[in-house]
Formats: sequence, structure tokens, C-alpha cells
Amino acid sequence: MSGFLNSSIGRKYTMALSAFFLMIFILQHFAINILSVLSPDTFNETSHFMGTNPLVQYGLQPVLLFGVVYHFVMGFVLEIKNKNARAIKYAKNNGAANSTWMSRNMIWSGGFILVFLIIHFLDFWFPEINTKYIQGDMSGLLADGEGYRYYEELVHKFEPIWRVALYCIGFVFLSLHLLHGFSSAFQSVGANNKYVKGLKGFGKAYAVLIPLGFIFIALFHHFNH
Amino acid sequence: MNLTLKIWRQKGPQDKGKMVEYKVTDISEHMSFLEMMDVLNEQLTNKGGEPVAFDHDCREGICGMCSMYINGEAHGPDRGVTTCQLHMRMFKDGDTITIEPFRAKAFPVIKDLVVDRSSFDRIQQAGGFISVNTSGNTQDANAIPIDKHAADEAMDAATCIGCGACVASCKNSSAMLFVGAKVSQYALLPQGQIEATDRVKNMVAQMDLEGFGNCTNTGACEVECPKGISLENIARMNREFFSASIKG
Ligand code: HEM
Ligand code: SF4
Ligand code: FES
Repeated sequence: MSGFLNSSIGRKYTMALSAFFLMIFILQHFAINILSVLSPDTFNETSHFMGTNPLVQYGLQPVLLFGVVYHFVMGFVLEIKNKNARAIKYAKNNGAANSTWMSRNMIWSGGFILVFLIIHFLDFWFPEINTKYIQGDMSGLLADGEGYRYYEELVHKFEPIWRVALYCIGFVFLSLHLLHGFSSAFQSVGANNKYVKGLKGFGKAYAVLIPLGFIFIALFHHFNH
Repeated sequence: MNLTLKIWRQKGPQDKGKMVEYKVTDISEHMSFLEMMDVLNEQLTNKGGEPVAFDHDCREGICGMCSMYINGEAHGPDRGVTTCQLHMRMFKDGDTITIEPFRAKAFPVIKDLVVDRSSFDRIQQAGGFISVNTSGNTQDANAIPIDKHAADEAMDAATCIGCGACVASCKNSSAMLFVGAKVSQYALLPQGQIEATDRVKNMVAQMDLEGFGNCTNTGACEVECPKGISLENIARMNREFFSASIKG
């Protein structure tokens, strides 16, 4: 199996598997976030469950961290290897004649997603970890003890327009990444038959609607409070 | 028509090489691209210059030798053709045409537009064959029943002429369309089953060893391939490789 993992095709498989995982994760993330628009109470309860459930915290969270880190580290490794596979560049190259911009710039869309993720972690993940595991406050309550803190914190984060703008840009890049990535991941694992081709439309819808949904949530909280 | 050509000139494998500009006049739109190159070379030779070295053999789209990167595309702007089948009517009078060799680390330049594609040969030697006795007692071709769809798909895969346009077009210099086609043409047929596991593993190992890049599914190869080899062949190779790796 180590031969498989070090081979070009093996890397394609693991890249695609981590991507599948991320796409499912983001769907789940979206489902919870949209609750903040529909029902702040349900959002609070779900956030508290996700934030304190041991299976989520000690089971899924490490898998997620590994998945993200593996995906972007391997993304950069492959990009460097691929660049090295052509020592002298073409004086004239017409990439647009045979491929989409999205497919040729996965490293750029991915790179911007990474920048976004770092900011996102500083914004939400580190404060969570700090509150829960360093200060040891697992209650999920506001400082005055009047109800859960999650919704309040979320709304507070989306007050400054610069952060809302940054989120919007981040999700535009996610959309570009997925417009190629969704169907690409199926091809990578060897699934390219009539059923998978039928999924193309769904993939495009996913790639546009999910990021748009996140953008909507950010704008909603910015302009509603 | 009259054209300006910007051509990669490189004296030998060690030379640094550079783009050089030439003018050619009175080119007929009915000429093939290689005939236009012949006119240029005649001009150069008459003036005592060194003709531009380029590969060619059949000049009818079957040998796969003619390798040129024309205006940023392998085999030029037309679809489903090799450079020798590309007509000058695809260009306009006064055009500037940039002509470069197929570029990949695994395809080193020998001279001018001629590149060494023996990395493809070594991939073929690693597994692109079936072992049969050919010592006189040849079997009837129809003795083994073969599904019509499989036979058609195998034939489609086998039309790959090993030109390397897929590698040249790929932003990653990946050879997966070529190897996918060569793996598929056997994987689809009963005769290919016996050596299937070793074949895909050995061919992929050789492909990686030669320094080709990793496919990211941009699909540029499929568009530029003169034989219309489909990306489905790469998916099939990936499946074959996965199951072969599990079998050990
Ligand atoms: C953290 C920053 C990220 C970086 C640097 C990054 C980089 C890359 C690169 C370079 C590729 C192309 C590699 C290849 O096709 O072999 C790729 C593919 C892909 N990425 Fe990302 N990515 C990031 C985040 C994400 C996220 C958050 C998702 C999904 C929600 C995602 C989904 C995908 C998909 C579906 C593919 C296609 C996989 C395949 O072709 O097999 N990426 N990524
Ligand atoms: S797959 Fe197409 S482009 Fe690649 S070597 Fe074969 S014929 Fe040429
Ligand atoms: S010279 Fe044979 S394919 Fe062009």
C-alpha cells in the first residue's frame, strides 16, 4: 500500500478523498449556520451540542483537521512537482483554448481559501478552544449566564464590514475551487460513467449555491443588526 | 500569404536555445503546416543557413512524430488533427505564428523542434503488451467472443498514436491520457486480463519514474489529442491501478 500512496494515482485518490470529506463537512457546516437565520435558539442548541459532544470534539474534529491539512499540504506538494515537470515554460501558451480558468488555477483558489481559513480559525476556532479547553468554561453560556453565547458571538463577528467583505471573497474562491473540483474528484477516484456525468449539473449547483448561502448568512447578520 | 514565424532554435541538447523570427512569403492556404515549414527550410538552406529541425514521418496523421506547439496549442488551433494534417487555411495573411517544441522534462529537446519521446517507449515496454506465442500456431481471431462495446472502446483507446500532445498541452506535463489509453486498450479485452495487475502497476511506476507530472483533470489533453482519446481512459486506469494495488 505504501507504493500506492507514493504513486501519482494514489495521490490523486487521497487528494480526492480529502476533498470529498471537506465537501460533506461544508454541507454540514452550512446546515448549522443557516439555522442562525431561521432560528437563533436552534442554532444555539446545535452549536452547543457540536461544541461539547465528545464524539464530535475528539472523534470528528481531529479527522477534519487532518483532512484540511492533508488537502492543502498535498495540494502544494503536487503543484511544486507539477511545475518541476516542465523545466522551460512555453513562450506562448493558450490554456484557455482547452481548459477552464478554474481547472488551471486550483492552487490560487485553494491558496485564497487557505488565507480565509487562517482568518476563520483566528476568528472562531481559537476563541472556542480558548474558552472551552484553556479557561475550562464548557457551559456555552454568556458571561452574565443569560442564555447561550453562540448566536451573540456570531452576530458580533459580522458587525465590521471588512470581515463580511473578506468572508464574501473567501467564498467566491471556494465557489471557483468547487466549480472544477466537484466533478474532478469523481474523475480522480475513477468514477466517470454516465451516472457521474449526470451529476455534473448537481456539482455546479453545489459549487455555486453553498458558497452563496454562506455569503447570504454573513450579509444577513451584518445588515440585520 | 505572408507570415512571420517565431521559432525555437536550439543547436543541441546542451544548448540554451532561443526564439528566432523568420519571414515566409507566398504560402498557399492549401499547404499543410509541415509543407510551410519545408518552404521556410528551403529558404534558409538557399541562404546558407541551418534548416529548422522538426520531426515528421507519415505526414498523414498516423505515426505521431510531428510534434509542434503552435500558437500555444499542441498541433495548433485545429481539433482532431496532427501538425502534418493542419492546413495553412487555419491562418490569415500577415499572422505571426509562434512555434515551439513539446515541452516537458520527460521530453528533452534534441534539436530545435525535435524532442526525445523515448520515455513513452519505456512506459510501453514496462507493460504495454500481452504475452502470446506467435510460433506458427496462430489462433483464429474470432475464437474468443468479445463484447461489442468493449471491442469498440478498446479500439478507440488503441488509436492513440503516442504523439505526446497530451503531455505538451497539460499544465502539469502529465502523461496520464497516453498511459490511460495504453492501459485501457488491454484492460477492456479478455486477452489483456492475464497480465492486467502487473501491467497497470508497472506502467504507472515507469510513468512516475520518467518525471511526468500529476493529472489534475483539467481536460486539456482530451481537447488537444489528435485522436480524441477520452478522459474516461484515465478514470479506467485509476480504477485498474486502485484494484491492482489492493491485490498486491
Ligand atoms: C485549504 C486550502 C486549500 C488548498 C490550498 C487547496 C488546494 C487544492 C489543489 C491544488 C487542488 C488540485 C489538486 C489535484 O487535483 O490533484 C485541489 C483539489 C480539490 N479541492 Fe482543494 N484546496 C483547499 C481547500 C479546499 C476546500 C475547503 C475544499 C472543499 C470544500 C476543497 C475541495 C477540493 C476538491 C473537490 C478538489 C478536486 C479533487 C480532485 O481533483 O481529485 N479544497 N485543492
Ligand atoms: S493520448 Fe492522444 S495526445 Fe496523447 S499520445 Fe495518444 S494520441 Fe497523442
Ligand atoms: S508526420 Fe506522422 S502523424 Fe504527423
